[in-house]
Amino acid sequence: MTSSMLFNIATFSYLISMLAFFTFLAVKGKSVGLVGSLAAYFGFIVHSAAILLRWKESYDIGMGHAPLSNLYESVVFFAWTIILIFGIIDLKYKYRVVGAFVVPFALLGMAWAQLGMDSGIQPLVPALQSNWLLYHVITCFLGYAAFAVACGISIMYLIKAGKDESAGSAQSGGIIAMFPSIKILDDLNYKAIIIGFPLLTLGIITGAAWANYAWGTYWSWDPKETWSLIVWFIYAAFLHARFTRGWVGKKAAILSIVGFAATIFCYLGVNLFLSGLHSYGGGG
Amino acid sequence: MTTSNRGFLETLWDFFCSLKLAISLLILLAATSIIGTIIPQGPPPPEYLQTISEGKHKFYQALGFFDMYHSWWFILLLYLFTVNIVACSIKRLPRVWKAISEPTLVMDDKFEKTLSLTHDFKMNGDAASLRDKMVAFLKGEFAAPVVTERDGEFHLFAQKTPYSRLGVYVVHLSIIVIFIGALIGSFFGYKAYVEIAEGTSTSVVHNRADMKPIDLGFTVRCDKFTVSYYDTGAPKEFKSLLTVIDGGKVVFDKRPVIVNDPLTYKGITFYQASYRPAEGAGLYFFTVRERKGGAPAKISIQQGERKVLSDGSTMQVLEVAQEVSKFIPQFQGPAARIEVTPKGGGAPQVFIVFQNYPEFDAQRGGDLIFSYDGSEEKMFTGLQVAKDPGVWVVWAGCFLMVAGCCMAFFMSHRRIWIRVRKGEVTLGGSANKNQPGFQLAFDALVDKLKQQ
Repeated sequence: MTSSMLFNIATFSYLISMLAFFTFLAVKGKSVGLVGSLAAYFGFIVHSAAILLRWKESYDIGMGHAPLSNLYESVVFFAWTIILIFGIIDLKYKYRVVGAFVVPFALLGMAWAQLGMDSGIQPLVPALQSNWLLYHVITCFLGYAAFAVACGISIMYLIKAGKDESAGSAQSGGIIAMFPSIKILDDLNYKAIIIGFPLLTLGIITGAAWANYAWGTYWSWDPKETWSLIVWFIYAAFLHARFTRGWVGKKAAILSIVGFAATIFCYLGVNLFLSGLHSYGGGG
Repeated sequence: MTTSNRGFLETLWDFFCSLKLAISLLILLAATSIIGTIIPQGPPPPEYLQTISEGKHKFYQALGFFDMYHSWWFILLLYLFTVNIVACSIKRLPRVWKAISEPTLVMDDKFEKTLSLTHDFKMNGDAASLRDKMVAFLKGEFAAPVVTERDGEFHLFAQKTPYSRLGVYVVHLSIIVIFIGALIGSFFGYKAYVEIAEGTSTSVVHNRADMKPIDLGFTVRCDKFTVSYYDTGAPKEFKSLLTVIDGGKVVFDKRPVIVNDPLTYKGITFYQASYRPAEGAGLYFFTVRERKGGAPAKISIQQGERKVLSDGSTMQVLEVAQEVSKFIPQFQGPAARIEVTPKGGGAPQVFIVFQNYPEFDAQRGGDLIFSYDGSEEKMFTGLQVAKDPGVWVVWAGCFLMVAGCCMAFFMSHRRIWIRVRKGEVTLGGSANKNQPGFQLAFDALVDKLKQQ
């Protein structure tokens, strides 16, 4: 059994999970929803085992390091954190249907990594040889994942709110009827973001501490750093916006989606389009 | 006159206190920060200038886009942001402090109506014994209460984590602390750079900002610099052995400094940053034997040096490579290209000898057979040098920020009131955050009380 095989099984489980959630939306059968959650959990366990196995494999070939060092490994880890945050929200708040809008993000990541990327284990260049790699990457990606979940919930919010408006006061039927009420979606969006925001803050701080330890500058306005700050500003604006009446609901949902778009640009766009310290994604 | 003045000041104060300003500033800071990630920062390279028109260049220059994050208007935004944070906190803090330090101890009928969670019980017993029972109950199940007597009724008040209300102000304070730390660093610290050749030492480094020399007050020597590689050819480790000498005393002796493991002395930290070969300072080693036999001679020769060999001819090293396969794919390892000039002059011979193939040169058919034994190249190590006395203030700010976030997001100020009358007990509750969660806890408390 190799880690690569396990990653394929996890990817396939997420596909099953997503299809089950979509079916759940259409037929509203409780057992179908359960299949969706169980498939996601099964995938998560296999996914975790695969990450550990890959960690071991890197030691077996003599360049042992945590599997968090290149684009492939980070995308795989990002997918793992998305399912983790989804699992927490699913178990705690029991709004299963959220899976239909969150699991696709994880599936997309895994499919991209498995089909489109070089999965070879590479040795660590000197700059990455530090325990800070672990702290920095884990906190950042848990934060990103919480924002991904918030984004999925915000999309649900906008669909539901749009339907509610066009249907007037009449009960909206069909797929939308399965969604939690917009009040709950608004609250879940906020809850996901208050998980993500402190994690992103920690991610930026561990990055700054690492940079200070490695180069003697905790902040250098490098594009990646700047973009992480941009993301931080957007979610800080979101949190403040919740205290004023006009900014809950639709505006908050849009801000959450904009925040996640900025997060994705911070993660991938900066590496692909701009140059800087975190250049592994650009192949350079 | 005074009234309009006062009106203006009040408007200004309200402007700086407003949440709208806070949201606008956050979004404005996010949006403008993007500029500096798209336009190259620092002196623009000529290739870039060719891609933009002169008008655009002048425009960018005027707005300071090439040093975006130090431009007057970006700094102004940051100042506005700071003033906004301070003003907001000053305005709201007294009210929050009052809620913490002077809680409502008495739940009268009017106050009861404002609470969303209340519950009435009929209970046997006089007020005093019920009071004692309720005090014990709150102590055991929630928190120790404050008891107030009014008009023959007893009012109990208990609360948990009141200070979590300060979380948001702790976060605001942390931002100010981080800014102060950054200012201390920029006024009293520096970022510098130094290159030291192996075997030499220095006590002067050069400031990155203006290239001015800075006297360290002690001496740093580079004893050795080495690079190691993975089998794939990717660099594995850059290492300098540094010796620090202060007042004639060795403080650090041959301390290895690698990337991600700097050396700090007297608040000044040295980071392994780069390296380069010191041209002309390398030493190369060869073995030369005569074809007709005899003991082989070991020779060492510097770049540019001409050495006389046993038969009177002279040799010199033209170039060396650490990995020859890049140029000659059939061979691997280090190689040297040398020139041998026969005694008394004549046409010089130029050929390559390989470290991994010591017998190779025999095929050339010359009277002397050369083999390459490797080199000892002198290297320069490049060190970043940083002094930042504000960094601990920044870390303290970061710690405050994380602590403040946790207080603000994950803790809530929960309060329980109990009013005791003869034969009647009323429970009231409120939480400033996570109402549904608190409702569950409140319901559980009511159930427990019912069982008593």
